[in-house]
Parts: sequence; structure tokens; C-alpha cells
Amino acid sequence: MALAAQRPRRGGLRRGEGRAGWLFVAPAVIITAVFLAIPILLALWVSVSDWNGFQSPLNPRVNFVGLENYAAITTEEGLDQRNFGTAVRNNLYYVLLVVPLQTIIALLLAVQVNRAALRGRGFFRTAFYFPSVTSTVAIVIVFQFLFTASGAVNAVIGALGIDGPDWFNDSTGLIHGALSAFGITGPPPALAEPGFLGISGWEWLAGPSVAMTSLIILAIFTTSGTFMLLFLAALQAIGSEIDEAALVDGAGPVRKFFSITVPMLRPTLFTVLTLGLIGSWQVFDQIYVLGGTSAGGTISTPAFLAYRTSFVDLQWGQGAAIAFILFVFIIVLTLVQRWVLKERSPKSKRRAAATAQEVGVTR
Amino acid sequence: MLIGSSGDAETQAVQAAADAWAEETGNTVEVIAANDLVQQLGQGFSGNNPPDIFYMPWDQFQTYAAQGFIEPYAEDLENAGDFLPALVEQFSYDGQFYCAPKDFSTLGLQINTEAWEAAGLTDADIPTTWDELATVAQTLTTGEQVGLSMGREYARVGVFMNQAGGSLVEDGEVVADSEANAEGLAYLQELIAAGSLKFPQELEAGWGGEAFGLGKAAMVIEGPWINGAMANDFPERQFISVELPEGPEGPSTFAFSNCWGMPVGSETRDATIDLIEFLTSDEQQLAFSEAFGVIPSTESGSAAYAEQFPENEAFVAGVEYADSPVAFQGAAAAIADFNTQLEQIGSAEPSTLLGSLQSNLQAAYDEANG
Repeated sequence: MALAAQRPRRGGLRRGEGRAGWLFVAPAVIITAVFLAIPILLALWVSVSDWNGFQSPLNPRVNFVGLENYAAITTEEGLDQRNFGTAVRNNLYYVLLVVPLQTIIALLLAVQVNRAALRGRGFFRTAFYFPSVTSTVAIVIVFQFLFTASGAVNAVIGALGIDGPDWFNDSTGLIHGALSAFGITGPPPALAEPGFLGISGWEWLAGPSVAMTSLIILAIFTTSGTFMLLFLAALQAIGSEIDEAALVDGAGPVRKFFSITVPMLRPTLFTVLTLGLIGSWQVFDQIYVLGGTSAGGTISTPAFLAYRTSFVDLQWGQGAAIAFILFVFIIVLTLVQRWVLKERSPKSKRRAAATAQEVGVTR
Repeated sequence: MLIGSSGDAETQAVQAAADAWAEETGNTVEVIAANDLVQQLGQGFSGNNPPDIFYMPWDQFQTYAAQGFIEPYAEDLENAGDFLPALVEQFSYDGQFYCAPKDFSTLGLQINTEAWEAAGLTDADIPTTWDELATVAQTLTTGEQVGLSMGREYARVGVFMNQAGGSLVEDGEVVADSEANAEGLAYLQELIAAGSLKFPQELEAGWGGEAFGLGKAAMVIEGPWINGAMANDFPERQFISVELPEGPEGPSTFAFSNCWGMPVGSETRDATIDLIEFLTSDEQQLAFSEAFGVIPSTESGSAAYAEQFPENEAFVAGVEYADSPVAFQGAAAAIADFNTQLEQIGSAEPSTLLGSLQSNLQAAYDEANG
């Protein structure tokens, strides 16, 4: 209170300093406003308006429609709701598989190329990173050739006597496929009724389709290299004395990995998981290149649906609503993940408390 | 000018026509071939900077007209009365003729003559009914080649529903789940079960024409654009185009057409109208026909076309009984969902497929008219 009361007086003494300060931060403020704040606010307005994509969304013919656009995709039964539900289902399975797998693979690759004794380290680092610098679109096109019904992938598994699927066009869910191996081909009555977002429980449990699985493989292939680089940087920051100390204490390589390396990588792990989570909820370019509506709608994602609803169906409000739901969803998930990964040992709690006090004092 | 081009031949022909007009009138026209026409149009309109003249795809026309995006200029054209009535109807919204159809295409049946002769078939065997089609498709099916192929979408499958006497909207009511539509689908399912009908996806082809060119399908259902595609990609392929066989309720085919769209309140309205009159003149349309195979949209133009290109007579004949695919505002999403559902056509009951189309279309129809 006392400090706050002093402030204006101090400002009065150093008159003009505030203005100079504003001048210095002006470029940053203007750029943030023009490219970030205003577009977000405009999109928020579009999501509660009936703008049809003609002229400016602020022109007087555009009306406020409240939460109608949000309702159309979440609570009102119909095609829009089912499309959104299917997209969320598809993307959910995509995230559940891509994020853990790419993180684990990136970490293992990083540990391997970090070994001092590895011959041709530079070559492997470049090779693993290469898919990340190639454009996704180019990779999707190469994958299309590899994964056609008579493509290289099916030729290889054909040599093992397995009849490969028509990858990018197969809409069978993996879980459904596995169940049908046990003779379960239809839903039990309890799961047949339309449920959350108009999708029946049976459909929610379909698993990623074969087509989506190909995209999952593609995503892991392209992004593992990027995250490997992040892990590699963090690994190199772990001093050799720690390794030696572990060695002296008699830790084997496995024990060292789980008790030393992984805990020391926690901040990087958080970065990688967050980036992975955000990236895979926003997956768009692969889907767009493949047309998005093939394989029985099982490769559509909310990001693609937002695009399609806006640009093709000219329902910009609904498209913006999908984008906002996705936005909120990603933020919530990131917060949850942050909370899960937080250090919870009593020592760190005390330290955190101490830091908080310090901060309070300086203020 | 923004166009959705089928290839270099089309882009160059349109460019040449635009240049010729520009030279005559002293205006300038920049022709841009869109990668993704619908998206680029959407972007142009939302950015308040639409192209002065563009290809308006038939399936988006009703939506654009209903949203007030496009100028209803067509009645002011000097040649407004020359267009084929079916096309005028397709590009009318709320009783008003909006935009000039730029050309049109109908669907026909393409027959690979080499495979036809190899199977011992003659001109007398050219199918004119469903039964004959099923028979020849069966005869033409070998280990390497399937008898019949077509896109797995409403724009092909729907023809069979119409031939069985069905339609999606009749007298202001959505009747997608009618008996007749189910009969059309059931007929196709018989062909699938017999192994004589496969879709391009199952033949590893991007579309019917590719399956045809590769020799994986002996017959396909496509429009006149197939001529250009075969000439470019499969010049060896010998084939003829005939009218589609009749269904139990008579002949039917689909007519597709784009029109020359103009944004509402265009500043260049007069010049654009002049350009459109030039582009839709019989002479210019026949030049386009020569370049990329489309049929002129005027009565006299299409007659001249049938004379000039006797091999495409079947497509012109189709206009007599052609229907326009359903395209009211919002229908596109319901049709897209139906196309997705059609992936199950091999196994699902026709009534299930049509049931979901009925409810989606009904919802879209109520919204468009309510």
C-alpha cells in the first residue's frame, strides 16, 4: 500500500520518463496488437456473428447471434455436430499415439547420438533431423506413393505373407478391427445410441483408422528429429561429473537413464510434451494435402474442419467457433499437463514457497 | 479473372480469348488459374477483394447467390436468350437468371474399344438398358480389368437413382429416402457383388478416367473432359462415348456447368459484361470446345458442336433429359457426407445410406428455406 502510494509522486519527479518508456515499447505493442490481439478479437467476434465471408466482418449487415455457432457444433443434433464429434475423435486418437511415441523416440535417438563412442555421430544427427527440415507436404506425397495398395510398404509386408490394406483409403478403426478378429463386428446395444457430440460410444471406441495410423506414422517420422535436437541440447548440458558420480555410486546404464538423465531432462520434457501436444491438436497440412474427406471422414481434424467450414461452406462463424473451442481445449490440456509434470517433492515445495516470499519482498 | 482450370490447354485458351478481347477494347485482363478455386474465392470475398470475373462452380452457385455475393447480371446480356433452358434454370436463384453459363458437360458411357472387341462384343451390344449394362460389364470383367468404374460420389451414383425414377428434392420436399433411390443403389450393389463394378480407389486410380486410361476399367461414366485427359495422359487409348443406358424409369444423366461469376456491385460491371458476351459467343465457345472439349452453353453453339465433333454427339444428346445435381444452399455439406457414406456402398443397406442423406438434406433444406 505504502509503495503504491509513493509511485505517482515518483512519476511526477521523473516526468517524461513514462512517455519515453511507452515510445520504446511502442513497436512491440503495435506489432502484438496488429498481428495478435486484433485478429483474435476479430475471430472471437466472427464466432458469435452470422458473417458469411462477404466484405468486412464489421460491416453493418453482420448480426450478433450469441452462442448459436457454438451450439450448432456441440449441442444441436445434426451433421455439423457429428462432423465436429468425428473430427475430435480422430484427433484424440492421433494425439494419444503421436505425443508419447514421438517423445520416447526422440529421447532414445538423442541418447544414442549423444554417446561419445558412437561412430559417425554427425551423420546420424543429420539423418534423424532431416525429415524435420523437409516440408510436410513433400513428405505426405512421398508417403502417398509408399502407402498405396501396391506401394512399397505393402510389397514389404506382402513378402512376409501379410495382405496389406489400402492405407490412405481404409476407414476401419484399429480397435474395431481388433474386435472383429474376436467376432465382434457390431456395437452392443448400450453403445449404439448417439452419445457425446452425436457420436455413438461404439464410434468413439473405433480407434484411429488405418488411414489415420499412416498419418500418425508420418507425424512421428517428421517431428521426432526436431525434438531429438531439443533433448540433445539438454543432454549436453548435463555435466560429465554427474555421470561420473553415478558411475561411482554403482549405477548401471538403465538405472542412470531413469534416475539421472530423465529427471534432469524434466524442463525439456515439459517443452517437448507441450509443443507436441499443441502441434498434434493443430494438425492440418497432412490432412489438407490428402483432401481431408477421404477414408470415411476418419482423417478429418478440428483444424481442418474449421478451414473447410469457413472457406468451402462459407459458415465463417461456425469455423471460428471450432477454432476457439480448439484453442481453449489446447490451453486447458497444457495447464493439466503442466500440473501433472510439476515437481512435488517436499523440498521443492519449500523452495517454491521461499521463492514466492522473496518475490513478495522485492515487490 | 480467376479460373479453375482443368489444365494447361484450358488456361491457355482462356488467356488467348481474354487477350483477344483486351486488344479489341483496350482493357486489360489478367488470367489467374486457381489451385483451389473455392478457397481462393472465399478468401477474395472475405478480404473484400474478389476477382472481377471468375468461374462460379455449379455446386457453390446457390450458396453464393443466397449469400448475396454475386451480381445478377445475366438478364442484361445481349445473348441472354440464347442459352439452353436447363442451364438458365441451373443458374437462377429465386427466379432470377444470375450468371451466364460458360459451357456445360453431361455424363456419358465411355467404352474401351480394344477391350470391347477382345471380349467379342460388337456395336449391337452397346448397352441401352440396365440389364444389358450388367451383362456387358460382366463380360468385360477379367482378372486384370473390371467391366465398369465411376467416381464413388453422388455426381455419378445419383444418375442411377434418377434413372430408377428417384430424385433428392421433388416439389419442394426432400425425398432422398424414396424407394426409387434405393432401387438405383441396389442395382449398383448387384454390379459390385458380381465383381463387375469397382470404384477408382479400389483400382488405385485417382478418378474414373485414370482407371480407364490405365486399362483397369473397360467402361467408365465420365463427361467430355475425358477426351482431353486421354489425349494428354493416355494417347494410346481407343474409345467411344455413348449415351448412358436407360433405367427402368427412362434415361437420365447429369449436366454440369460453371458460370461466369461477377461480384455484387462490381466497379467494372460494364466492361465485364462486354467480356462475358464475348466469351459466351458461339464462335468463342466453339474455340474453347476445340481446346478443351467442353460443350457450348447456347442452343446454336451446342448444335454446331454436335456437327463439328460427331464423336461427342452422345454428350449433346444427353442434354435433352439431363438433370442438374442438387445444389441448394447448404446441400454441399450433406452431399459431401453422403459421398463419405458411399464408401460403405458395398456392404450397407441402401435405406441406411439414404436415411442419413435424407435427414441431413432435410436439415439443410429447412435452413435454406426457413
